[in-house]
This record gives sequence, C-alpha cells and structure tokens, in this order.
Amino acid sequence: MTLQISDLSAGYGKKLILQDICLDKIKPGHFVGVIGPNAAGKSTFFKSLTGILKPQSGAITLDGQNVVAMRRKQRAAKIAYMPQSVGCNAALTVFESVLLALKQTSGWRVDQDNLREVSEVLTMLGLSHLSDKGIGALSGGQSQMVAVAQVLVRKPKLLLLDEPTSALDLHHQLSILTAIRDAASRFDMIVMAALHDLNLAAKFCDRLVLIRDGRILADGEPREILGLEAIEETYNIQASIEQTKSGTYYVDARLP
Amino acid sequence: MAYVIDSDHMQARYRSQIARRFGILAVVFALLVVSFLIDITNGPGDFPLGVIWDVLLDKSAHGVKMEVVIWDYRIAIAVTAIVVGAILSVAGAQMQTILNNPLAEPFTLGVSSAASFGASLAIVLGWSIIPNVGHLIVTLNAFIFALGTCGFILFATRLKGVGAETMILFGIAIFFTFNAALAMMQYIASEDQLARIIFWMMGSLSRASWDKISIAAVLLAIAIPFSLIRTWQLTALRMGEESAVSLGIDVARLRIEMLILISFLAATAVAFVGTVGFIGLVGPHIARMIVGEDQRFFIPLSALVGALAMSITSIVSKTITPGVIYPVGIITALIGVPVFVSVILSTRKERLS
Repeated sequence: MTLQISDLSAGYGKKLILQDICLDKIKPGHFVGVIGPNAAGKSTFFKSLTGILKPQSGAITLDGQNVVAMRRKQRAAKIAYMPQSVGCNAALTVFESVLLALKQTSGWRVDQDNLREVSEVLTMLGLSHLSDKGIGALSGGQSQMVAVAQVLVRKPKLLLLDEPTSALDLHHQLSILTAIRDAASRFDMIVMAALHDLNLAAKFCDRLVLIRDGRILADGEPREILGLEAIEETYNIQASIEQTKSGTYYVDARLP
Repeated sequence: MAYVIDSDHMQARYRSQIARRFGILAVVFALLVVSFLIDITNGPGDFPLGVIWDVLLDKSAHGVKMEVVIWDYRIAIAVTAIVVGAILSVAGAQMQTILNNPLAEPFTLGVSSAASFGASLAIVLGWSIIPNVGHLIVTLNAFIFALGTCGFILFATRLKGVGAETMILFGIAIFFTFNAALAMMQYIASEDQLARIIFWMMGSLSRASWDKISIAAVLLAIAIPFSLIRTWQLTALRMGEESAVSLGIDVARLRIEMLILISFLAATAVAFVGTVGFIGLVGPHIARMIVGEDQRFFIPLSALVGALAMSITSIVSKTITPGVIYPVGIITALIGVPVFVSVILSTRKERLS
C-alpha cells in the first residue's frame, strides 16, 4: 500500500496554488513532514488530498485507487484530515467528540467496541482525565490534542495533519508527535504533517518535502533537505545543520 | 494495570451519562403529561374535574355541547400547544445546527415575516394564492409565502454556495423586504382589517382544529426520524465545516435537506398559530444545556422542552384573567424570558449531564 501523487495541480477558481506536485512511493509507517513558509500552498496541498478541494489536474493514488474518484464515505474511511484551526463551542464532551468522529464510518448504534476504541485513543494520548470535560472549555493546546484523538481513532490509511503542534508547548509537541509516530507504525498508516518547526521535523520525520510558491523544491531525508541552500533561500535565513551526540539533526538558524 | 482501569472507567462514565439522559427524557415527558392535564382542566367555563374526565374517556358522556367544548376547544388547544411547541423547537434546533449558530431560530431566514405578509394579503385584499379555498385563505396564504421564501433561499444559496453566513444574510434581506411590504399592507388596511392582521401576527392557539393537528402531527412524525437518521452527520456539523467535510459528510447536501425540513416545519407552525417567537430559540437552548449536542438526545429533548414550554404558556394564557384567553405569542416571551435567564444563571459553567 503506497501513496503516489503525480502532476497534481490545484487552486481556487482560476487561481492555481499548487503546480505539478509529484511524490512517489510513500509507504505505510512513514512520517512525511511538509515544510515551507507561510502561504506556500501546504494547506491547499492537504485539502486536495482529502477531497475538500477538487484538484484541477493530476492523480492521487492510494493503494492503487484513485483518491479523486472515490466516493465521500470511501475516502473518509481511508483518509483522515486535521485542519489547521480546531476547537469549537459545541456542547459535547471530549469523549463524545472523539466517538462522533468514529461514528461517521461505522453504523448508527454505539456498541461496546466503539467505546473501547475511543477510550484507548484517549488513554494513548494521555487525555483520559479530560474525557468528561466539555470541548468548549478546553484550552487551545487541549483542543489540538483532542483533534489529534479524533483523527487517530478512525485508524486511517493516510493521516494528514495541518500544523498539529501550532498551539502546543514543547512537552506536548513532543508527546503528540511521538504518539503520532507510534500510531503510524502500529496501525501501518502513512502520516503527512505540515510543520513549521524544522527541528521537530528533523527529529520525527522520515522524509521531508519542501514546498514554496506551490511547487516542490526538495524532497528527501531530513539530513539532505535541511542542509540545502534551498532552505536558506526559502526561509530567507542563514542556516547550518548540526548533529547532536544522540544522532538527531538540528538547524541553527540566523537572520542573514 | 492502570491503563485498563482508566479505560473501563471512561466507558462506565459514558454509559451512566447515557442512562441519565434517558431518565431526563422520561422526566420531561412525565411533566408534559401533567401539564397537558392541567391545561385541559383550565379555561372559560367552570366545569367540575369529574365532568372533564368523563368526557375525556367517553366523548358523548355529557351531551353534544360538552363534547364540543371539551374536545374541540380544550383538548384541541392543549394538543395544538404541544405539537406546535415541539415543531418550533425541533425546527429551531436544526436551524441552529445547520447554521452552526446557537442564536438561530426557525424564523431566522425571514419565514415569519413572509407568512405575515401572505396573511395580510388575504385579510386586506382578499387575494388568495390558491383560488376558492374558503375560510382557509389566510392560513394557506401564510403557508405558501413561508414555504416560497425558503424555496427562494434554497435557490439563492445554490447560486452563491451554501455557506452559513450567506444564508443568514439572505434571511436578513428577506426579513426587511417582507416587513416593508407588510407595513404597506397595514397602511392601506381599514381599521378592522388592521386589527385582524395584528391579532393574526400575535400568534394564538384558539385557531386550533383537529385537521390542523393531524397535519402538524404527521409532519412532526416525519421530522424526528428524518433528523435522527442523520444524527452523527448533524452532530459533526457543529465541529466546523472543514472537519465535517473531511469526515466524509456532504455538507451542502445535508444543509439543503435539513433546510427543506425546517421550511415545512416553520411554515406549518406559523400558518396554523401565527408568529410564536422564543420557543424555537429557547427550547433547543434548554435541551442543549441539559443533554448537550449528541443529536440522539438533543432532538427528542428539544421537542419535549418546546412542547412543555408551549403547554405551560397555554395554561398561563388562560389563567391570568379568568374568562379571557390571551394570545400565546405575547405570553411566550413574557414568561419565557425570566425562565431562560434563570436557566443561564444557574448553569454558570458549561456542564453536561
């Protein structure tokens, strides 16, 4: 089961945001980081993968099936997407909101298995103490954790996360990304996440895709990508890549 | 293992929450039955309880006159209150859901002003949309204008995209247009006609009849299962449009389906009893505070709370001045507001049972 994207172009109306995106052989268990400056087209890229936005040309193939031609329900059973802005004022508990995400693709009745799956995901993400709390009363960071629970509970083949750590403190950034990486290998799913923090991207991702102005500038292992001049150019910074004693890479960035 | 206990604990909590919600539905239903019984024992004409009870069990127990008084007035009014209250509250709940806005109500999209204009056309000009309908002219005109307005909004949103904000803006435009047209009708109306228009707009249960009740009841019997089938999609709408779409929901289609349902509910309610405000806003609000927005409980409880509120209003409208039945449209806001405010104040924190 692989994800293959070829010559994908997408946009709003006549305006083309993404052009000729090609990504091949993304395999289950892979954690792909999508990096790039603001307004590079990362969200548009994710939206066209989920079907929220219909691509103008190109093909997205998941497991040999054309994602664009899939029926809504079918697509939702395989692909889960966590939008950039999460949180709402609906009168639901955390437990209910996660159950709700699960119930979209299983039958009408809530059964024993549904409840078990929801509580497992909440436990895995360390959210069990929030289970009874109303989602309207959560902090920004907590909302984001719950949104992650909502996508993980569906055990999708392809998980798309648009800046999943933007509202989190360092501890929670690490715990969410660790949980997502573990879930990726446990449930054999492909994870693609838009990340702003290059150091986090270097730490967690198997592969990085650098996007600017709607095009892919670079695609490869974190070590290769972060050392490129393209990074300096894209972000308008001066950067050098260092390796720590434990083997992870980090980017030392300065203004030029 | 701590993990297992934690997980079992969460599931147990959820199950007890569900059990409690069934309990709440049962309690509100019981209150509704009590309210209905009080409603039919009150009203102009002092009949002993025993007589009312006899006629309730056997229509002809005390002669034709008592049968008409009890069945065609007392009971018909009490049942109308319940059915219309439930209709308004369910319509309000769904309007709040599809517009993702807890301030919405059945008449948010201008339905009541369109209906009032339709009624005024009949009253002032004697102009009927469907010819030769006799005494139903006012009711039918109101219904057709209300439904036509919803049809227009559906059409307009198809052209412009079915966003919640677009729909609300169209609703505001319609509201002002028909209010102006209505004012024009009132200006050219005679004194007698003007009084009839105003009385019609106040909303009154005394227009009750068994024909209307059966139409409204059938509609309600369709509306509740129609909503319950879509329960998980509707609940997900409140999580935001992007989330809902990524969950595989056809949001535009769901909005249109629900809007068609709401249109029939709102148009029927306004045509049968006139403009009764507040119930459609407050019913779902109280339901939401008690059971949250899991639509499996939110919809039935909205219906029950709306029915109960309207039934209590009906009792109050008869008991303020003995022998006089005030239009319920006036009473709903008068007693509804203090109740509503006290509910808001008593639930300081967002608590879900």
